[in-house]
This record gives sequence, structure tokens and C-alpha cells, in this order.
Amino acid sequence: MIRVFSSADVLFIVMAVRWTLILSAIAFAGGALGGMAIALARTSQRKALRQFAAGFIQVFQGTPLLMQLFLVYFGLAVVGLPINPLLAAAVALTLHASAYLGEIWRGSIEAVPSGQTEAATALSLGYADRMRHVILPQAMRVATAPTVGFLVQLIKGTSLASIIGFTELTRAGQIVNNATFKPFLVFGTVAILYFALCWPLSLLARRMETRMRRAITR
Amino acid sequence: MSEHAIIMRGVNKYYGAFHALVDIDLTVERGERIVICGPSGSGKSTLIRTINQLETIQAGTITVDGVELTAGGENVAKVRQDVGMVFQNFNLFPHMTVLENCILAPMKTRKIPRAEAEATARKFLERVRIPEQAGKYPAQLSGGQQQRVAIARALCMKPRIMLFDEPTSALDPEMVKEVLDTMIDLAREGMTMLCVTHEMDFARAVADRVIFMDKGVIVEENAPAAFFDSPRNERLQNFLGQIA
Repeated sequence: MIRVFSSADVLFIVMAVRWTLILSAIAFAGGALGGMAIALARTSQRKALRQFAAGFIQVFQGTPLLMQLFLVYFGLAVVGLPINPLLAAAVALTLHASAYLGEIWRGSIEAVPSGQTEAATALSLGYADRMRHVILPQAMRVATAPTVGFLVQLIKGTSLASIIGFTELTRAGQIVNNATFKPFLVFGTVAILYFALCWPLSLLARRMETRMRRAITR
Repeated sequence: MSEHAIIMRGVNKYYGAFHALVDIDLTVERGERIVICGPSGSGKSTLIRTINQLETIQAGTITVDGVELTAGGENVAKVRQDVGMVFQNFNLFPHMTVLENCILAPMKTRKIPRAEAEATARKFLERVRIPEQAGKYPAQLSGGQQQRVAIARALCMKPRIMLFDEPTSALDPEMVKEVLDTMIDLAREGMTMLCVTHEMDFARAVADRVIFMDKGVIVEENAPAAFFDSPRNERLQNFLGQIA
């Protein structure tokens, strides 16, 4: 039975946007925590920490996000947890975001001139105070634009969660298309919704970049 | 309180295979003002950077104010509180105002309340003659002003010893004097100072002792008059001939 593509279908797709947003928010929040830990480990004095962080980044940047989703999804069953698409997608995307944000933030931390660390050290500030008050505030200015840029990637990346059966925006489109068989119309609608989410963020990232360039050349 | 400000015994420092400091023995008395000069790469900056352990050493001992520096220990933090440092490139924190630059370390490491830290900071900014710049950011100041802020920031920790690592080398010529005058004031107040600098007039005016280093070795040390007027070592004679 093929039914027509109705306003109810459009509403169904639009409502699925919230799951895309929820998944993106969870992954971004988790990725921010994980990414900060990875970035600090990557720039640490301790070799073991640096190596662990480097390995973590290599693994998650060197494998497809889809494989990471599969491994976490089926891995949950292997360790005896019930299969839960939202949990699996959230965990996989968090790990993925941790690796990428960790690498972005490592670069930002290393972009702060070493004289800043030296001056803070000479003033007897310990590691935590140095990071919190001297290094990270400066690294943040470098990091904001690429971080927002990565957030756009992450939102688009959540579409892969459709493959493990999590009903976010893309999966909602597939469901509607299976019933209506209007792929161009359906996925066109889906694409426009992704664009509406991502475009403002891309603009914001570009604006931040320009502003930062101006701040540096001041 | 120990009677010597700094005692270095048999200090050796390597960067890989490069021998940066060779058997350094140096004793600095309280209130003594020492100028260290020498060709670039001679180890003079490295020498003063070992005193607050910005550089670690591979052999020898360094005792600062009776506290022996041992790698990574609590002693290091204690010594750093008592030893102020001024860098060639100022290294002010660009995202903080002048006042915030000055109060950060006293509040965090000496646990001084903000109001008191600010009062101290304003007093030292007055002393380096830039009290009106307290609310500005480093980028809004000239190089000479930034370096004076850096001196004030170090003084806010109430150090007993001040290290200067080529403090005027990055400055435009017309700003050198204002920084040197600030340092001369400090010397007159009896601060123990070690200055790496090529400002020989400054050395003549304030130094109790001038040290010449070459290839990681202290080659000659003497009172300024003898150091400049009758240098014994040939390398020092050449060096003085070049910079005169």
C-alpha cells in the first residue's frame, strides 16, 4: 500500500528533528568532557598519558563512524546489556566527538606560546591554575571556530544512527519514504531540515574565525 | 634565613649531547647585584633559568635562600614564590588586564585576598610609574610599559631574588632607558638581582659583580671596574671589543 505524502508525514519528519538535536547535544556534551580529558592527556608531561591519548585519537579518526556505531551497538549485547539504539548511538558519537575535539583542542593548547607557561610557572602557579587561568582561556579563543565547525559535522554524523534503527531525522525520512515512495520529496525535506540546523552554525563559525583573525592582527 | 641568597655547586646541564652548563660554581650574597654577559649560546640564560627550575639540571646542587632545589619537590614551588623572573618577551598574560596580571599569582599561590592583592599591585604599578595603566590590556601598552608591568607583576609576589633574562633586548632603543631606570631603582632598594644583559652602562652603574660566560663555563668574574678596564681572559677581551 502506497499512500500520499501528506502534511502528517512532514510533521512526523519535523518532530524527528528533536531526536537529532538530543543525540547531537548528548554527543557534544560528552565529547566536550572526553575531548578536554584527551587534550590535556595529549599535552601532558607524562609520556604514558600522551601515548594513550594519541592511540585513542588514532583509533577513532582512523575508523569509519559507522563501524564505531556497529561495534558499540553489538558490543552492548556482548557485555550482556539490552540492545538500545539511543544508548549505543550516544556512546559511539561521544567517543567519536572526544577524539576529534581532543585533537582540535590539543592544537589550540599548543598554539599558546610557551612563554605563557614559563611565566606562569615562574610565578609559582601549579598545573591546574596555569591551565585554568592562563593557558585554556587563550586556547579557547583559537578553538571556538573549529569547535563549532566540528559541531556541524557531528549533527550530520548523527544521521548514521538511523542504520542501527534509532529514529532520528534520517530514519524518520526512511520510514515515510517506505510508505509513500516519494524519495526525492521525502529526502529533500530531510536535507532541508539538516541544512536549517547546520547553516546558521557554519555562519557562526565563519564569523568567529574572522573575528579571531582580527583580534590576532590587532 | 640562610646567609647566602643562592649557592650553585658543580652544576651541569645537557640538552641531549650539548653541554649547556659546565661545572658551574656560583655563590650570590644577599642584596648582591650580578650582571651576566657573554655571546649568544653561552648558557647565561640557561644559568638563571635553573635557579627557579624552568630548566632542570643533571648534576650538582642549587640552594636558594637555604632551600635546596630537588626536581619536582615542594621545594621548587617554595623557591619559585621567592624568586621573581622577568623575560625578554615580557610574557604578560594577554587576556588579562594589567591589574589582573599582577594579582593572579599572589591570590592563587600566596592565598592573598583580592582587595589586598590589588592594593599591593597598585603600589608596585606606582613604583614602576604606570599606575594609570592598571585597567588596560597588555596589547594596548608600549614594549617598555609592558616590561615594567612584568617587573611589577614579579614584585607583587614579594620575591627576595629577581632574575632578569635580557629584559631590554626586545625593546625599541628609546624604551630601554625606562626599563633600566626601573631596574636601577630596584637595585638601590637592596633587591638581590641576577641580570643577563648586554647593557654595559647598567652593569657599570649597579653591578657588584660582572660574570662572563662562554660555552657553558664561567670564564671570568670581577667587580665592574676591573672587569671592563682590565679583563684577563682573551675571550672576554674580544667580547668587550665587539660590543663596545
